[in-house]
Amino acid sequence: MNPYSFAEKKDTRSGFGAGLMLAAKELPQVVALCADLTGSVKMDAFAKEYPDRFFQVGIAEANMIGIAAGMAVAGKIPFTGTFAEFSTGRVYDQIRQSVAYSRANVKIYAPHSGLTVGEDGATHQALEDMGMMRMMPGMAVVHPCDYNQAVQATLAVARYQGPVYLRCGRPAVPNFTPADAAFEIGKGQVLRQGEDLTMIAIGHLVWPALEAASALDEQGIHAEVINMATLKPLDADCVLASARKTGCVLTCEEHQLNGGLGDAVAQLLALNFPVPMEMAGVEDRFGQSGKPQELLDFYGLNVQGLVAKAGKLMQRKRG
Amino acid sequence: MQIEQLQQMSTQVRRDVIRMIHAARSGHTGGSLGCADFMCVLYFNVLEHDPASFRQDGKGQDVFFLSNGHVAPVWYSVLARTGYLPLNELGTLRQLGSRLQGHPSISRRLPGVRMASGSLGQGLSNAIGMALAKKMDGDSHLVYTLHGDGELEEGQIWEAAMFAGAKHVDNLISVVDCNGIQIDGFTKDVMDLGDLRAKFEAFGWQVLEMKGNDVEDVEKTLLRAKSMTGNGKPVMVLMRTEMGHGVDFMRNLAKWHGTAPDDAQAEAALAQLPATPYGDY
Repeated sequence: MNPYSFAEKKDTRSGFGAGLMLAAKELPQVVALCADLTGSVKMDAFAKEYPDRFFQVGIAEANMIGIAAGMAVAGKIPFTGTFAEFSTGRVYDQIRQSVAYSRANVKIYAPHSGLTVGEDGATHQALEDMGMMRMMPGMAVVHPCDYNQAVQATLAVARYQGPVYLRCGRPAVPNFTPADAAFEIGKGQVLRQGEDLTMIAIGHLVWPALEAASALDEQGIHAEVINMATLKPLDADCVLASARKTGCVLTCEEHQLNGGLGDAVAQLLALNFPVPMEMAGVEDRFGQSGKPQELLDFYGLNVQGLVAKAGKLMQRKRG
Repeated sequence: MQIEQLQQMSTQVRRDVIRMIHAARSGHTGGSLGCADFMCVLYFNVLEHDPASFRQDGKGQDVFFLSNGHVAPVWYSVLARTGYLPLNELGTLRQLGSRLQGHPSISRRLPGVRMASGSLGQGLSNAIGMALAKKMDGDSHLVYTLHGDGELEEGQIWEAAMFAGAKHVDNLISVVDCNGIQIDGFTKDVMDLGDLRAKFEAFGWQVLEMKGNDVEDVEKTLLRAKSMTGNGKPVMVLMRTEMGHGVDFMRNLAKWHGTAPDDAQAEAALAQLPATPYGDY
């Protein structure tokens, strides 16, 4: 049985929007910049409530990152808002020089990440973004799994001193975490205990991982499920403790296998406690148009896909 | 500073630039020499700043962003000459562990520097962010930038120029070093910049021109630019300079964009830049 349940599905970008309002009330230095997507990225309530703290920059992402960096130097806490692809690939060098290398306290908020952008297709489906941001020295990478966690993560990101990449998503997904659970950057959460294998999931794949664990229960396989909502800094203690307990790890992400959660966990384990691993993610391909669930099904990032990977992992573990 | 002192200080800064880049055996000589007069006038006579109480956030101070970061040597020299850093630190340019990185960096907490630069085209956006923050905070101090003319080939410059004009960022004075030369040759051959005055005016800027190697004209024009702030439009100063100014064999030659003088060239260059009362570092 999945120990978690949900009353409704909600999008994490709306969680950000609600979290930004909380952050804005608490921290007068919080400002927001948007590149012509105010409604889509859910900055509209902020723009209405705080018109003097909202900056419409037009379709000019490089300039947006540069302005945010200058504001951060002046002591503001800027959140930039555009789709994940245009928040990263389009402006990698601006983030590198003006934000990360200059230690500017900029929060790069990036919704519409991954395959579940859906019908817009590969140009809009950021699948390399976490990898790019994870490589950047000094950059934290946060990716909440549901609406409630996105609210709290946004507040934590605003309070955190230093550049952060905050990845969110477009579709409504199960909202199953408690509304009042404080978010701690750099901490993984063990959502359910298990002794046979560890599933470490991020973002939209946390819920399918819980569902896959329930399905595995019926095969007598007891999976531990970890919500790794901070990709960087990776919670090494959490990963290693679980790997020592179960002896094998499956990572689950809506991202390229190159550069993402699977890479990060594999690096940690290879250097500290090598165990058999499997990785669910996008395997060096671009996305395509389709409905969000159709795409997750096509790329094997659904419950059945995770169960199959887990089965393969158990075979390897048993030798 | 009086005009004569500014002229001497500009010569001293040029001596610093030659000696620093010669010692480092690498660096960007031509642009640094060409901008020396402007940088001296800006830092000694125009900027409202207090080197002894440098604030990273720039509150209550004028703020300068160097967008064409490769002319870092002239900036470092002027920062040292105005008291931001010890003079003898100039000798560490480009050395391992030095605060004087090949391109400006804040990673070692260098006073006077608030933002890394080197990858071109980003400083105007950074300056707009600072200028907007100053407006939000009710801080009436100004934000200045320096750019290369070749740098204007970067698209981000025009994103930022469009923003500054459209959003009335009128506490911003930008200066473009129009020396007409970039790494691959003359800008008119590499990428003709066309009528920059007309371009910036079309983007909603007020545009001034000045003779960048004439400290009197630089001072007069910058003070005029200052008087034009606060009326709804950013100010652009097109500064005509001679790349390599002060050293005859370096003038207007693209190869001196990013070349360090060897021993004989450094000696010959210094012979053309007479010692000043300010003294070498």
